[in-house]
This record gives sequence, structure tokens and C-alpha cells, in this order.
Amino acid sequence: MDLHSARMIGAGLATMGLIGAGVGLGVLFSGYLQGALRNPSAAPGAQPMLFLGLALTEALGIFALVMAFIILFV
Amino acid sequence: MASIEPMKQFLVHEVVHIDPIVVPGLGAINMSITNSVLAMMIGALIIVALLGSAARGQLVPGRMQAFGEALYNLIDGTLVGPMIGDKGRPYIPFIFSIFMMVLVLNMMGLVFAIGNLGGQEWTFTATAQLAVTATLALITFLSVVVIGFVKNGFKFFKLFAPGGVPWPMLIFLVPIEIISFMVRPLTLSMRLFGNMIGGHVVMNIFATFVVMLAVLGMSGGIATLGWLGAGVSFFMVVALTALEFIVAFLQAFVFAALACVYLNDVVNLDSHGH
Repeated sequence: MDLHSARMIGAGLATMGLIGAGVGLGVLFSGYLQGALRNPSAAPGAQPMLFLGLALTEALGIFALVMAFIILFV
Repeated sequence: MASIEPMKQFLVHEVVHIDPIVVPGLGAINMSITNSVLAMMIGALIIVALLGSAARGQLVPGRMQAFGEALYNLIDGTLVGPMIGDKGRPYIPFIFSIFMMVLVLNMMGLVFAIGNLGGQEWTFTATAQLAVTATLALITFLSVVVIGFVKNGFKFFKLFAPGGVPWPMLIFLVPIEIISFMVRPLTLSMRLFGNMIGGHVVMNIFATFVVMLAVLGMSGGIATLGWLGAGVSFFMVVALTALEFIVAFLQAFVFAALACVYLNDVVNLDSHGH
């Protein structure tokens, strides 16, 4: 296997970190929606925290993406 | 045939050449105005023009003043107020500046997407440069550390030892807390950088698909199906552009929100659990 194909496979494997980010985002929004539909009046107050959680969860997936880019292009 | 070059849009090149300045101890520093610097200068000008026309102070706000008040209320009413409280008032200008800078730079990468004119790229996302986001994150991190020491003195280190924890646990907890504190600038810069670079790369790849599949479709026969793929890719580009506008705003908001969370840790060190 030459370096180029190894890079391609490595970058593909590196994006598997996004699985975790996807599961995390699903848990996050399902939790928010359950809470928001049971008590709609409290929903706006939880929104900043929702976006914060979204950012923190998404960052982990983004790290995997950045790793893939580094493997591919650096 | 068009080729996929998704990283080309992030290349930094000189626009105005200025001779390097030799700084003792650091070596020659390239002072040229690059497209990255140009984008940030234009961004700063846009912010000054926007907020300059918004700062009117009339009792019944005009259009621009209402816009400025809405922006201010976003930072004061949904971030600083609920997250830090009254003690956070002095830091509103800092949070607001960071938010506006990130927001305008993110938006500029999308709005000024004129493309490739005369061999020159006219669209540039300064927040897709790790150097820019790392600088913003380091400013935030160092401000938090300095404010923490100024406000709390050496009680600042209580940040690493949460209260109400049995002491044997502290042996494990303190290193974890220190590491999680130290990686903050890394995660802060990587999040913005990764989101911006990821979004623009995906947009670029789908935009290239439109051209590639359309060229394929012109060759006739079964390859005519390429037009279908080109159409699908085109609608993907439109949808992704809309998504990127949301992401551009959300990332600016999140950057400001995390700056608030980090400031809250040191400003209200005594009053919550630590």
C-alpha cells in the first residue's frame, strides 16, 4: 500500500469520530424536546444551554474532521 | 474538467507587499497585507460603520438603533445577564467585541462570495484560519486568567479543587480539572476553525460536483443522467449556504457564550460550589 492510499483510508477512518458526535447531538436534542414539550414555558430559558451543549458536542466531531483534513492535506 | 481543490480557498497570499521588519530575538517578520489581513480590516470597518450608525441614543429608536439594541440585548439579555449576573456588566464590551468580530468575519466569508475574478479569489473567511481563531481564543483565555488573579488573588486555584468532594478524590480530580482548564483555548479555537473550514469545504465540493456532473452530462448517452446529479448538487449548495448562515451566527454566539462561561468561573468563584 503506498502513502497516498494509506492517507485516504486513514482520513476515512478519522471521520468515524463523527458517529459519536451524531449520537450526542441526537441525545441532546431529544432531551431538550422532551423537556420543552412537557413544560413549554420553561423552554426559552433552556435555549442558551442547548446551544452551548450543541457547541461542546459538535466540537468533538469537528476535531475528528480536522484530524481527517490534517491527514489529507498536511 | 474541473478538479476538486477544496483547500485552495483558504490560501493566504500577499495583496500589498511591505518589506519584512527584523525584530531582535524573533527574526524577520512579514508585514505584508495579506488577504487575511484585508478581510479583517474590512470586517473591522463594517463593525465600526454598523455600530457607529446604530449608536444614536434616541428615546424612540430608528431602524439602525433598533438593530444595535437587538444585538446588545442578545449579549446582555441572553448571555451575560443569565450566565454571569450583575458582576458580569464590566465585561460586556469585551464579549460584545469578540461576538461582533467573529460574526462579521464569518458572514463575510459567505456574503462576499463573488468567487474567482481575474485569477484572484475575492472571498475569504478569516475565521477559517487557525492563526486568527487561536489568537481570539488566547485573548479570551489570558483575559480569564488575568481577571481571575486580579479578582481572587491566589484563591484562583480553588477553581481546580471543587468544593464538597472527599479529599482522596481530589488526587484524581485536580489533574483532570487542570487539564480541562488548559485545553480551553485549544477547543475554543478548534471549534470555530473546524466549523468554518468544514462548512466551506463541503460547499466547495458540492459546487464542484455541479460543474463536473454537468460536463459529464454533455457527453450524451447514459451520461446524460449527470444533469440530474448536477441539479441535485445545485440544490445541495443552496441548502448548505442557508445552513452555513445559521452556523456562522451560531458559532459567533457559542464563542461569546463560552467566553461568558469561562468568565463566570473566575468572576463568581466564591458563590457557586467551588
